[in-house]
Amino acid sequence: MTEPTSTASGAIALDGETAARTRKRFPFRLEIDPSRKESPWWMTIVSVVLALLACAIFFAANGKNPWAVYEKMWTGAFTTSFGITETLVKAIPLLLCGLGVSIAYRISVWNIGAEGQFAAGAIAAAAVTIYFPHLPLYATIPLMLVFAIAAGGIWGALTALPKTYFQVNELITSLMLNYVALLLLDYLVFGPWKDPKGFNFPGTPMFTASQSLPVLGDTRLHLGLIFALIAVALYAFVIRFTRWGYELRLIGANPEAARNAGIHIKRHILIVMIMSGALAGVAGMSEVSGVTHRLMDGISPGYGYTAIIVAWIAKLHPVGLVISSVLFGGLIVGGYSVQTMGLPSSISNMLQGAILFFLIAGNMISKFRLSRNG
Amino acid sequence: MKRLKRSSSISVLLVLALTAILSACGSNNNNTASEAPSGSPSASPSASSSASASASAAQTRTPIPNPRVAFVYIGPPGDGGWTYQHDQGVKFMEKELGIKADTVENVPESADAERVITDLAQNHDIIFTTSFGYMDYTLNVAQKFPDVIFEHAGGYKTNDNMSTYFGMNWEASYLSGIAAGKMTKKNVLGYVAAFPIPELVYNINAFTLGAQSVNPDVKVNVVWTNTWFDPTTERNAAMSLLDKGADVLMAYQDSPASLQAAAERGALAGGNDSDMTRYAPEAYLTNPVWNWGQYYVDTVKSVMDGTWTSQQYLGSFEDGMVDIAPIGESVPDDVKQLIEDAKQKFVEGSFNLFSGPIYDQSGAEKVASGQSMSNEEILNMNWFVQGVEGSIPQ
Repeated sequence: MTEPTSTASGAIALDGETAARTRKRFPFRLEIDPSRKESPWWMTIVSVVLALLACAIFFAANGKNPWAVYEKMWTGAFTTSFGITETLVKAIPLLLCGLGVSIAYRISVWNIGAEGQFAAGAIAAAAVTIYFPHLPLYATIPLMLVFAIAAGGIWGALTALPKTYFQVNELITSLMLNYVALLLLDYLVFGPWKDPKGFNFPGTPMFTASQSLPVLGDTRLHLGLIFALIAVALYAFVIRFTRWGYELRLIGANPEAARNAGIHIKRHILIVMIMSGALAGVAGMSEVSGVTHRLMDGISPGYGYTAIIVAWIAKLHPVGLVISSVLFGGLIVGGYSVQTMGLPSSISNMLQGAILFFLIAGNMISKFRLSRNG
Repeated sequence: MKRLKRSSSISVLLVLALTAILSACGSNNNNTASEAPSGSPSASPSASSSASASASAAQTRTPIPNPRVAFVYIGPPGDGGWTYQHDQGVKFMEKELGIKADTVENVPESADAERVITDLAQNHDIIFTTSFGYMDYTLNVAQKFPDVIFEHAGGYKTNDNMSTYFGMNWEASYLSGIAAGKMTKKNVLGYVAAFPIPELVYNINAFTLGAQSVNPDVKVNVVWTNTWFDPTTERNAAMSLLDKGADVLMAYQDSPASLQAAAERGALAGGNDSDMTRYAPEAYLTNPVWNWGQYYVDTVKSVMDGTWTSQQYLGSFEDGMVDIAPIGESVPDDVKQLIEDAKQKFVEGSFNLFSGPIYDQSGAEKVASGQSMSNEEILNMNWFVQGVEGSIPQ
């Protein structure tokens, strides 16, 4: 760099020779920084911006003005009261599932089973409408919550027990249990729980008013938002201010040290997975009772998986989770609203994928540092 | 620590405030929510209810000279079948009337549909929702937006501002049954079917009756995919039927995947909704096709004139909404002639294919000799005729 002409000519001359000499002439080199485990907070924002820029190239290649596309997405998702409430409706399951996986990720338990735990919660909530059809609202909703928490918790425990007792990899069990839960859901809505007046179209009967979560005015924004916000507040409080939260942080930072300090890691894994599943279960319950008003095939367009990206973007931070779930809710809502411009609906998938890609890349890059060559 | 404490107390305050707001609004809302069920019984699945609905809505609407039109699609227009035909209809309508319609594709039959329809209802005058599973969502939105007109394809629920439209495509299924019954060598036909709803049941029955009319020994195996559009699943279902020994397939699905699977195995097949010759010319037989264009033109025109009323429209060969695709090159001329003759009877409206005697799978007589089924009975059909191998999950 100090002598550009000579370096350049030197590099050409050196072609084929040992790289060591070139490296010596180059004033900086990349190396892994062992002290950096986390990427800085601004890296998340840089990643999201880079993802938006990368997708802008595709919009431009499609003959659309990228700025107009993003503006339309923004106005569709965040500027009207309809858009905002719909974005929040999408954010509720993402936030609850995102919280669930975040708790598990805190102690490096890689729960990717939120999708199945979500389905278990939805099934349990629908079970209340099938087996206790005539309860009033004030009995139905709490009962649904209890059922959903239990079902999601059990589904989480199904992953945790083999992990703690037989060292079975939780990535595999939690993923496979997703399919079990979704197939169970399919079985129920195609079979025993099918609406008898539904002309054989899969789905339970529509929930009655006393089986549906109260909504805000004329919108679809439902009480699930409060469940989610309470859960976030509890999560923040528990992690920061309780002994149990401290132990979780300790396990996350250094499991070896935690074990030596006498912390029961197995018990923590079990409790954390039950909580993780229960939160996704509440998401499933609030989705059937608040939005779809029936249990049906395809109830989740992948909330449990998107929640993993949501948690990752938020770096498991409670406030970050709220922001990233609203952002992704907006991406889904905005993705549909740009269709009237003649763009395909897969745009929101493309953006989600791009954000994850740049985020992971950003995380990796932040592990390196530039150091001056001596 | 000080900073942390402050931020957490703020968030607790925020939660409390939101709880207060939501619970206040929630209690208002209980009133509106309890009204909802009273609306749904009026939308009962019989055609008679729509008659009363249209009678009460007989007063003409305000003419809208430049209506804003929107369409909601279940798949992409490039599916080559169902959505493709709707898109062709939309293009035809746009050209005839000189207006531009908005379309939203790949809308799942879930809560997302309700958002998309609500979104469109805020700045459109008429919205076509083109899949069976949009029924309840369309009705919900229609009740919220009484000034917007809704047209739902294939369902049975209507409202003062919501019509349904569909066609007697079973007549075309009967014709493709004639082709399949004549072309099969093993007398085993396969049917790749989407959902076990009446729409599929009467098409499978009509297909079977058509095949039996030229080949009494023929059997029709049915496989349910439980999806309208998923080429991978459709292909797997088609392969399983071919493995079972079927040498002619018919698919009531939105993509040509079954036809392509049959072509690979040297079998013959038809698809659905659209002329699918281009996907496998040698293997292609024929299949029912939809022509939505004229209906879209007429409906949007009636909105322009203010003459739109709620109805349950059922098209047919007579008005051209239902037709059959050009018959494939593998079909000999005498079979083509058979199909052409039968089609002529449908065009004239002189033949009801569900005329007795018709027996169900158990051998019980469902339609007596000399009787025929009414359209309403056909649209609610939930039993298979003799010769169909497969069951309707009950």
